Amino acid sequence: MTHLAIGDPLFSNGVHWAQLLIVVIKVLVAFGVLLVSVMLMIWFERKVISDMQARIGPNRAGPFGILQTLADGVKLFFKEDLLPERSDRFVFKLAPYLSLVPAFVAFAIVPVGGVVTVAHHTFELQVADPPIGILLLLALSSISVYGVMLAGWSSGSKYPLLGSVRASAQMISYEAALGMTVIMVVLLAGTLSTRGIVDAQAHTFFVSWNVIRTGVVPFFLFMIAITAELNRPPFDLVEAEQELVGGFHTEYSSIRFAMFFLAEFMNTITMSAVIVTLFLGGPDGPRFHFVSWLWPILWFLGKTLVFLFVYVWLRAALPRLRYDQLMDLGWKVLIPLSLFWVLVVASALVGASWFGIVIAVLVVAGGLLLRAVRVGSLRNDGLGSEEVIA
Amino acid sequence: MGLLDGIKEDMAFLGGFKVTLEQMTKTRVTWQYPIEKKPKPVRQHGRHVLNRYEDGMEKCIGCELCAGVCPADCIYVRGADNPPAEPVSPGERYGFVYEINYLRCIHCDMCVEACPTEAITESKLFEFSFTNRADAIYTKNELLVDDDGKPKQLPWEDWRPGDDAHTSAWMRATAPGGAAAYEGKVQWSGELGYGVRAPEAGQSGVRDDALTGIRSLRDVLQLHIDDAEREPGDRGVPGALKRLRRRVELQKELLKPPSRRKG
Repeated sequence: MTHLAIGDPLFSNGVHWAQLLIVVIKVLVAFGVLLVSVMLMIWFERKVISDMQARIGPNRAGPFGILQTLADGVKLFFKEDLLPERSDRFVFKLAPYLSLVPAFVAFAIVPVGGVVTVAHHTFELQVADPPIGILLLLALSSISVYGVMLAGWSSGSKYPLLGSVRASAQMISYEAALGMTVIMVVLLAGTLSTRGIVDAQAHTFFVSWNVIRTGVVPFFLFMIAITAELNRPPFDLVEAEQELVGGFHTEYSSIRFAMFFLAEFMNTITMSAVIVTLFLGGPDGPRFHFVSWLWPILWFLGKTLVFLFVYVWLRAALPRLRYDQLMDLGWKVLIPLSLFWVLVVASALVGASWFGIVIAVLVVAGGLLLRAVRVGSLRNDGLGSEEVIA
Repeated sequence: MGLLDGIKEDMAFLGGFKVTLEQMTKTRVTWQYPIEKKPKPVRQHGRHVLNRYEDGMEKCIGCELCAGVCPADCIYVRGADNPPAEPVSPGERYGFVYEINYLRCIHCDMCVEACPTEAITESKLFEFSFTNRADAIYTKNELLVDDDGKPKQLPWEDWRPGDDAHTSAWMRATAPGGAAAYEGKVQWSGELGYGVRAPEAGQSGVRDDALTGIRSLRDVLQLHIDDAEREPGDRGVPGALKRLRRRVELQKELLKPPSRRKG
């Protein structure tokens, strides 16, 4: 058997029962841990956001209210499952799965830890390491758009329909910027495999991470695009309660609603993990000889937790965008900027490194000039817009 | 204003992140309601009581004015002639049926205002939750004060210390005519278990707080003013809460020995 250059070293000696067993265990562990972490994430979000809003938050079920999500889940499970009369029944039932399954599967490509050896079997601490890794993520996040779209469409009700129309437009708009930032990372790593991307960042602590190597800007672009992709505040127009009742899941109840809820938070966790993988070196970080396999996992969890906190923070701090502002930000800011930055990264890779820096300075200077011209024209148009600016 | 100011404006939304993060470090002002309870306002409108005279006679004369004035139509009264041998109330008639439906009552206190004999007043109890409709309709037996002059405590009612002490607060708050000349003058009859209740002083500021169970407006304002003179730890909302809690403790202390005077 030849050693495979890419992919999990587990399969380098062919696939036997032992390998199959390891894969099954990995899948089950990932499944269980994801479910539990969603439970904790919902609790974490409610607790942190209540802290930010001078409230106390859930504190009744279990210590510090940590079992509140479980209680809510049980309640939802026993509620009546309604099928609207005017709904398209098959699609209506299918939609929650289209949301939930990609949310589960997407996490499979995230490298959680390093490479470990248990009983002569060496394998990677991630469920799957396909050579097209990051493309799979993009594909799955596109499928979850279908979940939202079809849920809204099949409900046979106007608010869900409006919510799903918003969702599809928003997700397609931001996927462009998302793909562009991923391209930069892929250019730097030279591979689509998430393990390869992580390994490419693992030279020195922090400085070799993509957040620095791509020049910080793509990191923020990716953050914004991902937040929009997740339909999280401030981009939660899809389920804007004040305008659309509940958005695409207005007509859903009981366990089907719970599935949407689960998918939403699972996507948040997955995407935080993806940011860590793409830009912050994944499980990379100083490790010590004392239980050396544990440190990468701890690094990964710590970094992911930071981003989960950032998502909650965004929700607490920012008001929801208007629809035109959302589209402006997506098409007029994020996409041009990410296109520019792809140029910068690519030229830095192809030419000498100073060439990239020159381009970067030019882009920044050009942007500032554009801003100056805009501000200047607003000042001098004599329409009393001074007040608007001031 | 230069370019930098323009960028600063564009980035002004970042201030929200600072505000939210700062908020995390501040103390909470939430009261853990079922565990800690705020002192109730003295004239709070709660569950009704039917009062009795000092000699044990019922005050209700069955005139049905309360039922007539009730905007929620929740009171049902039937009057009957007093049996000559053992009269229930002084006078001709007495309330022979008296029912209040608490699924309807809005606690507006208009029945209390309408009552010519101060028979019906409201206690401060608002925490009573029944599990069936029959329990929601309080009959005369349940509303009438017992032989101590205290309201009857039903199993589903959550009486707290002090709730049953000042059940006729409104009666003592104003002179019946509302005229300033009557300030401090007793214009009401005695009550079983309490005797003649002390009057409140309106504008003069002379009054016995322990007797009337009133917290002065000045005390309430004190929660909010004079912060400059206080220790840094006692200022603002946390300080006000601290003082309020101290006050609650003090009130509990005051109410501990049963203040029932034999009437």
